Amino acid sequence: MIVRILGEGQFRVDDATAAVLNQLDTELEAAVEHSDQDKFTAALASLLAQVREQGTSLAPDTLEPSDLILPHEDSSMDEVRKLLTDEGLIPG
Amino acid sequence: MYMKGTAARMGVMKRVSLVFKAKANKALDKMEDPRETLDYSYQRQLELLTKVRRGVADVATSRKRVELQMNQLQQQANKLEDQARKALSMGREDLAREALSRKSSAQAQLNDLQAQYAQLQAEEEKLTVASQRLQAKVDAFRTRKETIKATYTAAEAQTRINEAFSGISEEMGDVGMAIQRAEDKTAQLQAKAGALDELMASGVLDDVGGRRDDIQSELDMMSASSDVERDLARLKGELTASAPKQIEGSGANGGSQAAQAPQAQEGSYAPQYTPPQQAQQAEQYQPTQAAGLPVADLPGLGAEPQDGDG
Repeated sequence: MIVRILGEGQFRVDDATAAVLNQLDTELEAAVEHSDQDKFTAALASLLAQVREQGTSLAPDTLEPSDLILPHEDSSMDEVRKLLTDEGLIPG
Repeated sequence: MYMKGTAARMGVMKRVSLVFKAKANKALDKMEDPRETLDYSYQRQLELLTKVRRGVADVATSRKRVELQMNQLQQQANKLEDQARKALSMGREDLAREALSRKSSAQAQLNDLQAQYAQLQAEEEKLTVASQRLQAKVDAFRTRKETIKATYTAAEAQTRINEAFSGISEEMGDVGMAIQRAEDKTAQLQAKAGALDELMASGVLDDVGGRRDDIQSELDMMSASSDVERDLARLKGELTASAPKQIEGSGANGGSQAAQAPQAQEGSYAPQYTPPQQAQQAEQYQPTQAAGLPVADLPGLGAEPQDGDG
């Protein structure tokens, strides 16, 4: 599975890691829905750490799209909310 | 607001990637001939590359501006410390305290700027890496584009084009956001830097030409005043040298003895003369100078020949 961290690049992760990511992602989503800043910060940090530690960087010249996309490491909750619509996206 | 209901169970990561894909598909759908898509996208990629490089340059410019301000503030802090040292050596703890308190506010600004500098540096590095990554993908896309065009068959082209397109489109979205974030951050810091420039120009931070002058001018006045006293004492010493007895004391021990010597000796001239003190106030400075001038006219002193010491 290919995961992109916005602002950092793409990583390939195995299925076991993907399962861990899904669990953390559920927490992240709940935190955003309940506007729980502490849980949001913790969940996002754990997600990014998992990807960086368990994943392997993709070569920069690959043109493969990602299966999952994670927000920037310094994202605010508002920014993440915007990412879930297309408001936060610069057209590419 | 973001999607609710079934989409909510999908998780943030998946939803974000779907938003990116939707964006790419929307762009693809606009083109009738898939080959047009390739060329159009490639143009957009080149534009974005230019934009991200300009972004790197802009952040670097802001970083250099902050660096310049840091240097100015550092000089100012050093200068204030020197002034404090000088004021202390003249026995003016009050002035030294004022100089040091200004130094401390300059130092606080400096710390703030150091944090800004680090932020800009990080932003610059991120954008640099982003531009390198985009460059690599754009190169790969160009190769892929030429291959697809050369072996073009309508049946297979659409799939291959879509693949290439969505990969690069995601990168472009990412880079576009990186540029936007860097611009936002830089704009914030630039506003701060502009405010600081104004603050420095207004003299609140004791920049040259500003409030600093009051400390410096007091120090200058004090040292000018003590120069005058020293000269005065020297001249008096010269004069009294030709009169009997007084030369040794006034020459060796400086102003205050020299001043007192004639005071005791010449009753008529003493009332006009303000004895020099180390902490002499500025207001007392003028009368001293005025009193110093007529010395040569004083009876008994001015009449003596000067060649003895000359």
